[in-house]
Order: sequence, then structure tokens, then C-alpha cells
Amino acid sequence: MRNRRDRFIALLMLMPTFILLGIFVYFFLGKTIYYSTTDWGENPAQPALSETVIRQNVGLENYQNLMTDVIQAMFRNSLTNMFFFFVFFVIGSIGLGLLLTLILDQKIVGEAFFRTIFLSPMALSFVVTGTIWRWLLQPDGGLNYLPTVFGLEPFHFNWLNSQEVWLQFTWDKVPLYLTFVGFALFALLAVRRALRQDWRSLGFIVSLAVIVILIFISGLWNYIWLPLDVVQVESSIAPKGFNAALVGIIIAAIWQMSGYVMAILTAGLRGIPEDLREAAQVDGCSSLRVYTHIILPQLRPFVISTIIILGHISLKVFDLVFAMSGPDNARTVMPGILVYTKGFRQNSFAQASAIATIVLLLVVIIIVPYLYMQLRDHD
Amino acid sequence: MKRRLILFLMILVLVDGVAAQQSGVLEIFSWWAGDEGPALEALIALYNRHYPGVEIINATVTGGAGVNFRAVLKTRMLGGNPPDSFQVHAGQELIGTWVIANRMQDLTWLYEEEGWFDVFPQALIDQLSYAGGIYAVPVNIHRAGVMWYIPAHLDSWGISLPTSLDEFYAVCTRLQSLGIIPLVLGEAWTVIHLWDQVALSVLGADGYEALWQGDLSPSGSEMIAVWDTFGRVLDCTNINQNAAGLSWQQATDLLVAGDAAFNVMGDWVAGYLSTTLRLSPGEDYGWADFPGTADIFTWLSDTFGLPVGAPNEAAAIAWLRLLGSLEGQNTFNPLKGSIPARADAVSAAPELYNVYLQYTAGEWASARLIGSMMHGVVANERFIGDFNQVLDIYIQSRSSTGAAAAMEAVCIQAGACGF
Repeated sequence: MRNRRDRFIALLMLMPTFILLGIFVYFFLGKTIYYSTTDWGENPAQPALSETVIRQNVGLENYQNLMTDVIQAMFRNSLTNMFFFFVFFVIGSIGLGLLLTLILDQKIVGEAFFRTIFLSPMALSFVVTGTIWRWLLQPDGGLNYLPTVFGLEPFHFNWLNSQEVWLQFTWDKVPLYLTFVGFALFALLAVRRALRQDWRSLGFIVSLAVIVILIFISGLWNYIWLPLDVVQVESSIAPKGFNAALVGIIIAAIWQMSGYVMAILTAGLRGIPEDLREAAQVDGCSSLRVYTHIILPQLRPFVISTIIILGHISLKVFDLVFAMSGPDNARTVMPGILVYTKGFRQNSFAQASAIATIVLLLVVIIIVPYLYMQLRDHD
Repeated sequence: MKRRLILFLMILVLVDGVAAQQSGVLEIFSWWAGDEGPALEALIALYNRHYPGVEIINATVTGGAGVNFRAVLKTRMLGGNPPDSFQVHAGQELIGTWVIANRMQDLTWLYEEEGWFDVFPQALIDQLSYAGGIYAVPVNIHRAGVMWYIPAHLDSWGISLPTSLDEFYAVCTRLQSLGIIPLVLGEAWTVIHLWDQVALSVLGADGYEALWQGDLSPSGSEMIAVWDTFGRVLDCTNINQNAAGLSWQQATDLLVAGDAAFNVMGDWVAGYLSTTLRLSPGEDYGWADFPGTADIFTWLSDTFGLPVGAPNEAAAIAWLRLLGSLEGQNTFNPLKGSIPARADAVSAAPELYNVYLQYTAGEWASARLIGSMMHGVVANERFIGDFNQVLDIYIQSRSSTGAAAAMEAVCIQAGACGF
């Protein structure tokens, strides 16, 4: 009896959250996905902002256009930008954050002071960070003049407007790259399972790998990653690689978030029992080996959590880029910015919804395995 | 407890209702703040003198090259919460977004009452009209595509003002050999702004109008010639260096500093040079038509309309009457650095306007009037947004046929250029 009453009260207490989340998150999420399958804003006969606008279902046409239409080259460019931003921002923040953590772990003088200093950029919003760094990164501004303080020549790098492209790749070969990556990942897992003599998992992984190869050979990829029609223009406007103009934005983002990584990793470090270290030292470990064999493996769950958190921040990035290079810089454009400009400037609400949905899917791809892992660990 | 609460709420509703009756609130929604704020504030002060009972909410949203303003306005309109009156550019930005969506009220009766048919030029009224109705009141005229320069700098470099594209290319070569940017560009929209002038220069006023009315194919040979020329002009700019990071003010600063020779920009540059940098028009800085566009006036106009469902219609109509009046236009424009849309306003009070504005008012009365694409007169918002992409295709590929084909695709998708 008492138990039922408790559960009723618990449900009652959770209800407001359920209702608010249901309406303001899931309902509108559903609406966005629905709009992405309509022609809202695509049909000139139906004014997008009319109260009585008729939205016809067009299936996945908006998605197909985004992936293949010449006019949507900006979107494909933004996907590429997002990918490189994700990779370098996450690696940079965690690398720097880990370094700061390990330095502060050396019991240096004024540790609390430095910890506060490193953490303080996190207190700023991305807009403030973006504005400050935009000034610092002007061609004639702060960072380029830094070397002159030491009597050296100033840099001449165009941080936010460089037209250079590094790490070049071919857009239409992305399925091939992805297949290779997937295959390598499965091979790694398979070897680990084999070493542990876990034959059932090994069979599962091998069959997954075979499926990946089959998908590639059968050409199924072409339904997911639509190839561009190679005409003379297309090949020159397909995304080519890492736009050097992103470097400045990545620096600003790392500056802001590495302190946060440091905070999480420091908390993790404090959680490692002191006797583990001592035991290792008693066994004759050098301090380097204490780090590589005791500390870093213990920090792994914290690192994975930060990868997830930073990862989804980087996929949704909007304010930082908007503040640093504005809404129309083709070299630094991000999907989030396109959602804004396409939706609200040019009334292409359906296309904007489709881009938002694609970003959502990518975030889901990152978050779901993490949640799965977390839940499994709890059980 | 409960009864007291209900009583309290009743009093609140009562007080609120009485207050609304007595004074009324008028919400004016615009992107005029900062440099442009004083002009709007002067207008609001004038309104308050005439209608002291009305409380004005001056709602502004700035930043993001106009996109922030539009985001807030569109969210409010879609949500059924329109302001009493909002700023919008004359032409397709008004018609193509709001009028065809049945969001604006017909103001023809107001034009008749106020006698505005006689004072606003027909070319302007045409761009406020749709299917027999007139939907907004223009408060000012800006001229786009003026070529700005510093006369003293041109003298010291030994170059004269180019009046044809061939002369411009010659000047360009000479300036580049001196290490000076011949034509300075800023962020993306200033590139579209330049494209407008190049297209006008190549097609002529008739050809340019034909393009937007659907009488000239966007992918035809004339347009390919436009892109070819645009490419040559781009080679005279800083597009591959620092352009994307410069606001139009920063681009103008390069002009003043002597790092660049010309800037093709709207006449808000005159306000910036005169008011902010304290240079005198005609002496410290000069202006000319872009080569090949003599006697063509590329215009844009800020207008205000009356949205369907405006909460305080009576006050909003009084606001519109003031905007269109001689007094309103002559209060606003000298401060804004634009000319009045009324043809009779400058002659009524010439002492209010400086050399540049008097010159422009003369041109407004005599030159061929052509609506600006970049500022939403001849093409709708959808087109302009996607035209960014067409420009990027051209900059990346340098293919005129490719860009022309892409432009046609955008025209069809956006229902612009007569499609």
C-alpha cells in the first residue's frame, strides 16, 4: 500500500518535467522532423509566412537536395567544417586539459590560483569569447603581433579569412574512407576479443565487418552518401578539405573549454585512491609509469564523458562562429548557422528543418552508444 | 486567501484595461540602433509631441547583417504577435515575404487622404504595390552602388577617375603595381552589392530590369558576359585576402588610410565619413558612378507598413501619417544621412541637407531609378540568400557558365527573375 502511494507521489513529482520536456523538446523535435519532409518555403506558389500555407509532403527530397544540389554546396561545406571542428576541438581541448591537470597535480605553488585562472574562461559565454578572439585574430591584430614582443617578425596569417585548404580529400570518396574506418575499428575490436578468447563476440564483430564490406561492394552507400553529378562546376565546389580559416575558431573554442576538461579530469584524479599510487611506487614504478599505467587508465571514463560533452557541443556550435566570422563566411560556415539563415532570412523552413534533423542524427550517433555504455555499467 | 487572489487579479485586469484605453502603446520594430538610432529617436520625439498620450516602445534588433532582426520579426509574425509597425525594405522584401502572405493591410486610402500619389515617385510606389493595393509608407531613400574615393589619394597616385570599365582595368593594373587594393570589398553581402553594379554596367538599365522581369534569361549569353566582367573586376579586389572579415566601415577605413583606392558601397558611407570620421563631402572624399552606370540611380528605401492584427491600429496609422509627412521626412533624413522619399521635401528645407545629400536629391529627381537586388527591391529574400551560394560557386570555380546555370536554378527555386 505504502509502496503504491510512494510511486504515485513520485510520478506526480515527475509529471511537470515529463510534460514540459514532452511539449518543448519532443513535440517540437517531431514537428521539425515533420517539416523537413514538407515543401514549406520550397513552393513559390505558397508564401512561406502565410497563415494558411499549405505544406505538401515531399518525402526525403529536401535531404536529397542538400546532398546533391549544386545550390546546396554551402551545406556540404558546412558538414565538412563541422567534422574538422569536432576532431580538432575535441583533441585539442582534451590534450590541453589533460596537460593542465597533470601539471597541477605536481603540487606546485599556487595550485588553487592557477586552477581558477584556467577555469575562468568557461564562465564566459561563447559570444564573449568569440568577440574577444575576433579582435585578437585580426590580420593586423594581437596574435599576429605577438612575435614582435620577442623581437621576431610578425605572423601574416589570415586567421579567420584564409582561403587555404589543408588535409584535402575527395567528397565522393567519403563512403570509401568511412568503410575503411569502420573496417579498421571492427578489426581492432576483433583482435581484442580474440586475445580474450571471446569467440561469440568475435563472430558477431566479424559478421558486422562483412556487412560493412557488403554495403560498400553492393553500392548501397550511394543511397546514403549521394554522389555529386560530376560536371565541370561540381568538382570545383565540392568540399575539398580542412579550411584553414577554421583554425582561429578552433583556438578560441579550445581556450574556452580546456579549463572545463581540466576541472572534470582533476575531479577524476582526486578520486583515484592514494594507496594505488603508493602500491605502484613500492613495486618500483617510475613516476612516468605511474601515470601511464595507473592514472591514465583510471581517468578513462572521465575522458570518454568529456569527449561526449565536447563532441555534442562542437556539432551544435553556432554562437562562437556567428560572433567570430558572421553569418555569411563560406569558409567557416556551420550547419547551425545555415539553419538560422535559411530559416529566418530566406524563409526556407523545410530545408532548415532538414539540416537541423541531420545535426540531431549526428548528435544521436555520438550520444546513444555513450548512454548505452552508461546504462550497461549501472546494471 | 483564494478570494483575495481573485480580487487582486480582477483589479489588475481592470487597471490594465483602463490604461490601454487612456494612452495606448505603440510598438515600432526596426533595426535602427547605434549610428542610426538618433534619427529614429528624433522621429519618435516628434510623434510624442503630436500624440503625448501614446507610449512608444522602440523595439530594435540589430546585428548579423539583418538576419537577427528578421529572425525575431518572423517568429513573432508566425506566432500571431505582430508589432504595430515594422521596418522593411521596399520591393520584394515587402511584397515577396509579407504582402503575398496576406500579412499586411492595404494603405491605398491613406495615400489618397494624404495626397501621397503626387509626392512619391511612381517607380517607388510601384515597388510598394501588389495586385492593386499599396502596402507601406517610405520614409527615406538610400543610393546603393556609389563609388567612393579620396581625391587627394588619387592625385598622389597619379590616376584619374575611371568612367568606363576599360579605364577601370587600366587604373586597376596601375594601382596593383603600387601595392594598393584598387577596389576594396568586405563581407559577403558587399560582394553581392558590387555584382549588382557590374550587372548594371554590362546589361544597362533596360537589360537589368528585363532580367528581374523574366525577359532576359539568367543563363543566357548576356549574363555569361556579366560573370566574365565580374571576374575581371574581382581580380581588382581583396576578395582572396582579407575581404570576408571586413565590415563596410572597416573597408572604408582602408580607403581613408590610403591602402585602397575605391569602395563601391551605398551612401551610408557618406554618413560614416562625414559624421564619424569628420571628413567634408566633396573635398576630403569624393563619389562617382560605377564605370558604365552613369545616370542610373540604384535605390533602396526603408518603409513601414501596417501588419494585419496590429494591436494598436489607430496609433500605428498616425505613425504612418507622420512618416509620410514633410515634417516627418525632414526630421528623420538629415540625421539618418539619407534623402527623403518625397520629391518636394528637400526643396522645402534645403538648409538641412549637406552637399552630398543635395546632389543625391537632384539625382533622385532626374536619373533613371533602378531597384537594388541586394537590398531586396527586385528579388525576394529567398533569392538573395541563395545568391550568396551562386557567388561562392563563381569564386571557387571561376566558371561563368557554371555560375549562370546556378543562378537560373536559384531563380526557379525562389520564384524570382520572372519565374
